[in-house]
Amino acid sequence: MSDILFRSLLELGDDSLILAQRLCEWCGQAPSVEVDLSLSNLGLDLMGQATLFLGYAGEVEGKGRDADRLAFHRDAEQFRNCLLVEQPNGDFGQTMARQFLFSTYQLALFEGLVGSTDPRIAEIAAKAVKEVRYHADISADWVIRLGDGTEESHQRMVDGFDWFWRFIDDMFAVDANQRALIDQGVLVDRAALRPAFDARVAEVLAEATLPAAQPVWQVGAGREGRHTEHLSHLLGVMQQLPRAHPEAAW
Amino acid sequence: MSKDWPLWEVFVRARGGLDHRHVGSVHAPDAEMALRHARDTYTRRMEGVSLWVVKSTDIAASDPDQSGELFEPAQSKIYRHPTFYELPDAVKHM
Repeated sequence: MSDILFRSLLELGDDSLILAQRLCEWCGQAPSVEVDLSLSNLGLDLMGQATLFLGYAGEVEGKGRDADRLAFHRDAEQFRNCLLVEQPNGDFGQTMARQFLFSTYQLALFEGLVGSTDPRIAEIAAKAVKEVRYHADISADWVIRLGDGTEESHQRMVDGFDWFWRFIDDMFAVDANQRALIDQGVLVDRAALRPAFDARVAEVLAEATLPAAQPVWQVGAGREGRHTEHLSHLLGVMQQLPRAHPEAAW
Repeated sequence: MSKDWPLWEVFVRARGGLDHRHVGSVHAPDAEMALRHARDTYTRRMEGVSLWVVKSTDIAASDPDQSGELFEPAQSKIYRHPTFYELPDAVKHM
């Protein structure tokens, strides 16, 4: 049972970690200094969540690995994040489409995990849920502004969302082995969150005058460690320093 | 992009009961986004519990060239300070 709890905590931590890394790629590149700070703040919130979830994962595993060890010394196939978060930033519209989809999912998830029967998970979720509420809010705001903005911003949002529709099922995937933890109230049944997610996405897209979610072929399965090519490149940058100097401290 | 956005002056209330104080400015397309930018720029280290933003062009300011006639006459009028009264002993905490 602790194996599957470990894996489930990696899913939670890796989602936040990988998206934090993606958002940090915007640092110094964003359209304005205010947006630059805004994206960095989202990334730092996610980094905090990753530290807590991966730290707990290391304790559950019981092999002496801490959050840093798990973040910087695993290879791509050992990561359990969903495929959506590892996708490239693209332009600002694509980044905001990804953020809106992920934060909307993560908000529903954390609102459920606040009531987890595992007190550590419940505590992390209680801290994170306020952060994520802001993420979901500001990303929806940008989606509406750009979708219902100029002809160019509208088209960029359409293109941005087009990239991501194939990764939605993967985000909600539940492993059969997680069923027991769901029944015990430790985890949330992600599949059960889907209708509310779909409804919220439809609502925001409509307000943004954007086309509804496209029923496209769905790519799997990040939760099982089968990733798109983008994750290895991301890890190459993220892990380069700790791997080159494994015992470095500062 | 930010060059096209108007400037907003940001005011932060540090704690309940204190006044909002001017802390700086942000660029944003409208008031809602100005509040978000102000939140991300000026309150990320627990600096505040409330935010105001005001479009910079909506603030009427005194002319620095007029500071002589506006402010210097006050310097020689110490009788405007209530420091010439003998306070009765019965009045405490003044």
